[in-house]
This record gives sequence, structure tokens and C-alpha cells, in this order.
Amino acid sequence: MHLMKAFEEGMDGVYVAGCLEGECHFLRGNLRAKKRVGHVQGILAALGINPERLQMYNLSAAMGGRFAQIAREMTERVRALGPSPVTTGKGREFVEEEQEEKGQ
Amino acid sequence: MIVAEAKPIEEVLAMIDRYDKIILAGCKECVAVCAAGGEKEVQLLASALRTARKTAGRELEIREVTLERQCDPEYVEGIRGFAGDYQAILSIACGVGVQYMAEHYKTIPALPGLNTLFMGGSLEQGVWSERCQGCGTCILHLTGGICPVTRCAKSLFNGPCGGSAHGKCEVDKEIECGWQLIIDRLKELGEFEARYTELFPIKDWSTSRDGGQRTITREDLKQ
Repeated sequence: MHLMKAFEEGMDGVYVAGCLEGECHFLRGNLRAKKRVGHVQGILAALGINPERLQMYNLSAAMGGRFAQIAREMTERVRALGPSPVTTGKGREFVEEEQEEKGQ
Repeated sequence: MIVAEAKPIEEVLAMIDRYDKIILAGCKECVAVCAAGGEKEVQLLASALRTARKTAGRELEIREVTLERQCDPEYVEGIRGFAGDYQAILSIACGVGVQYMAEHYKTIPALPGLNTLFMGGSLEQGVWSERCQGCGTCILHLTGGICPVTRCAKSLFNGPCGGSAHGKCEVDKEIECGWQLIIDRLKELGEFEARYTELFPIKDWSTSRDGGQRTITREDLKQ
């Protein structure tokens, strides 16, 4: 819900930072989060928003360097994609593969 | 519970395309339990629909409500005060809820946001399975507690048929043969000889869908 809300409010990209797999304080919390992220990526694709704008990363609280690297990686990814179609209002930026195949 | 699942979002978007002000109504009963039409799903779908509209450069006003039930008049009437301010009601209750909305708000279109699938239960978190088709004449006491109407693809009363192989149904190798389940269960109960050798008479389907729409009147409760 929070992920979807961020895109509704016009965010160009969102990434979720979870604990390393197998090391979650909430046991399977990060694995569940991964599934939720996948679900929201599906919704974004259906809405015509590139699902690449949403990512999930796994890292521990002690991995400051990795965190900075991920932040840079995500910034570059989003910069390459350009502003979200939610803010431009210019229609879909992404067509699902299945739809592309049907159209061919 | 009644189990339903969300319609593809593209289908919902097409349904509401000509409206700019809608009510999105969820239900706190069965569809909330099967994570298709509860409060959370109302919030998520509303956000997704607004996002889609913004992408197209259009606005969409959504009034989000989640009723205690959409299958009881008193709760459906809960939106009476503001329903008239909206162009359509998108219900993510089961088919009953959508129809109750349509019956109560005659000048406002009621639209289904879900596909209602079956009466069933959960096997595990996120997995639901059909168990009852509401045939109106329960015979579970004769079939080891396993319903042949639901669990047999042909709803046979004297099964299994020739399509049963290795305990699976010919319709789909992933589906268990309902009659194999019944036989195994009757054996476990020590009732196989007594039950299975006895033929079921022809079923009267008039208590099921074949008899048309069904209504129950309880005179002791009716006011």
C-alpha cells in the first residue's frame, strides 16, 4: 500500500531495503516483503508504469558502503527512465510483454 | 466463505473510464478474509486507479468505504448520505454485494471489481479451495464428509468415472479425483462396505440452481 501510494504521489522510483535473506529480525519478513514488491511491480506494469522503478535490495545495517552503492544505482536507473508518467500525464510508458506479443 | 479474486486492473479501468467520481466499496466479511475486497484492498485499488488516471493526465475522485457487510440492507444503506454525489459504485464485495448496491441505489451504476468464484476455505496462507456448491441437499454424512458435487468434476453421485487414474481427475492431473477421496475416507472410517455398495438414487436438482433463484423465509425470525 505504501509503495503504491508513493507512485501515486509522483515518485519516480522507490526501493525497499530489507535485511539479508535468512537474517530478518521478523524471520520471514523480508521474504514476504519481496513477494509484496513483486505484486506491486505487477500492478505498476498493468498501469503502464515501468516496474523497474520499484526495486528491492537486501543488506544489513552494517553495510553502509553497499547502501550508498545501491542509492547511486537506483538514482542512475531512475534518471535513465526519466520522470514518472504519473507526473507527466503523457500516458503509459510501459507495455507488458504479453500485450506486446498480442499486438504483433 | 465466499472466495473471490480481483479482476484485472485493465478491466476495472475500462469499466470506470467514463466516470470521474466514484465510490469504491469494500466488504469486511468473506472477501476481506480472502484478501480480495477488504479495507486494505480498497486502499490499494483506489491508489492504483488514481495512479492510472494521473498517468493519463486525468483526475479521479474516489470515496473509499468498507462496509461491515454488503449483503445486509442496513449496512448497504450506510452510504445513502453521500451516494448521490458520485457517478458510480465500484464494489469489491462478492457478486451479492454488487447486486445489493444495484438494488439499493437505483440511479447509480454498480460495477463489479472482483470475480466471485466459489464457497470454500483456506488451505494455507494465500491459498483457497472450493468445498461447497450450495446444492441445497447435503449428503456429506453419506460420502465421508467429502462433497461429490464439488470435488467431482462431473458432480457424480456414483463415482468414480473412467477418467479417474491414480487418484487424479482426467480434467486436470493436479486435481484429485473426488470419488477416490470419498472411497479412501470411507475405508478409513470403516464405512466402505456399508456406504459404497449402496447406489445413490437420482438427485433432485431442484433444490440447486436448476430450481431458479432460491429464497429462505424463517417465519420465527421475520418481522
